[in-house]
Amino acid sequence: MIKEGRVIYPGKARGVVVKCDKPVVILGDIDPKRGTVEGCGAIKDRIFVFPRGAGSTVGSYTLYALKFHGTAPRGMIVEEAEPIVVAGAIIAEIPTVDGVSIEDIPNGAEVEIHDGKVVIL
Amino acid sequence: MYLTKEEEKMLDGEYGATQAKLLRILVKMGEIFNADRLIPIASAQISGVSYRTIGDAGIHFLKSLEGAKVSVPTTLNPIAFDEAFLKELEVDEEFHRKQMEIVRAYVNMGVKPTMTCTPYYYDNIPKFGEHIAWAESSAVIYANSIIGARTNREGSVSALASAIIGKTPNYGMHLKEERGATHLIEVGFELKPEHFPLIGLYIGSVINGVPYIRLNGDLDDLKLMGAAMAASGSISMYHVEGITPEWRTALRDRVERITVTKEDIEEYEGEEIDVELIAIGCPHVSASELRKIAEFVRGKRKREDVELWIFGARSTIEKESESVRIIKEFGGKVMADTCVVVSNAGKIYKRIGTNSGKAALYLRKARFGGAEVMVRDMYTLLRSVIA
Repeated sequence: MIKEGRVIYPGKARGVVVKCDKPVVILGDIDPKRGTVEGCGAIKDRIFVFPRGAGSTVGSYTLYALKFHGTAPRGMIVEEAEPIVVAGAIIAEIPTVDGVSIEDIPNGAEVEIHDGKVVIL
Repeated sequence: MYLTKEEEKMLDGEYGATQAKLLRILVKMGEIFNADRLIPIASAQISGVSYRTIGDAGIHFLKSLEGAKVSVPTTLNPIAFDEAFLKELEVDEEFHRKQMEIVRAYVNMGVKPTMTCTPYYYDNIPKFGEHIAWAESSAVIYANSIIGARTNREGSVSALASAIIGKTPNYGMHLKEERGATHLIEVGFELKPEHFPLIGLYIGSVINGVPYIRLNGDLDDLKLMGAAMAASGSISMYHVEGITPEWRTALRDRVERITVTKEDIEEYEGEEIDVELIAIGCPHVSASELRKIAEFVRGKRKREDVELWIFGARSTIEKESESVRIIKEFGGKVMADTCVVVSNAGKIYKRIGTNSGKAALYLRKARFGGAEVMVRDMYTLLRSVIA
């Protein structure tokens, strides 16, 4: 299956999906040192899939901190990018796509992001 | 979104990777909010300054921007301490060093180290109708509502990107049609000074829009109400009938009506407690607040078992040196560059009295110390610290 979304940060990334079904409070739910998301698991080297970011705008720095600590996901897929994820994905240079429904992207699936395209393998 | 040829070039990296990255943030922000273009801004106010929130990763990021300079007057939010009070605020050496590293990184970019949430008093004064890109929700709501300048609630990174690029995407509060009222709010009881921050907390928690409020207060009252409103929700502008500059054109045919009752605001007030600390200045005090405090405590003596901490912008404190002298003589401490929320105050003191709904909202949270907080008006608080 191929989905067409919008590029937030360009690039190609392939990996296993770790999905959160609820919005993620970026500053709060994510532990950048461990590379984990509360209630969703480890996102290091995975494709992190979630509906949208929430909470303080300082959360953009938390996404950067994932990169800084070497615990960042390879890519991110969100239904709806909001300012925290937009700024965070760009400063952390994480290939990110928005504007796709995540309902039919199963947890544990192998996916590839290529600019705005999401391919479920 | 329309981009000029120059912007296209910059986005393609012709002016370097840093500029391209920062412009990309603004362009993508514009795309998600359906902005038609980028517009020039007159100033910026940056948050994301505290070492506690941005950490070593934040320092790393700011240093990665080395060489980039802000292109408009840009001011900075408060940090975790006033260097003159490191002991009282329990700041250790490493934290002090890292925090100052952050401030230096901003200064190297040309940012003024104002370290205040009230840049609009002296340090960075917007004009009516001017487009600006400000972070710090209490300053955003003040600039939009009281001054009539135009800014969305920028994030730490987007405000920095705008400061450097000198532009912001044209959407939301930048557009006249988005600044009209969505709700008409009336107060169904006799209004007293302590009610302003409580009404603010309530409105912020029940509506997401632009409230048009019927009540009477001075600018200090409205500052406290607005800051609380912006903290408990995501409001970036309100109108007050007869007072704020855009009220005449704000009301539309269809607005939702809400009457605030005494019961609505009671839960925010907090039980009467024996406080250890009285904190005033969230947002930072105005010159008039400082003068009122000084007038009230002049020649009196402070109770020894309660601390009185006043937080203000360095610029305000310097201009009101006589008031500051009187407050110090009384036994109060007047601190610059920091506030009761971003400093360790909430971890040191567990029973706090304040006139700030915003401070109460944060200090009650576990992450900020989980203190017991009572919200009262400034004079009630001051009376309670007199020996």
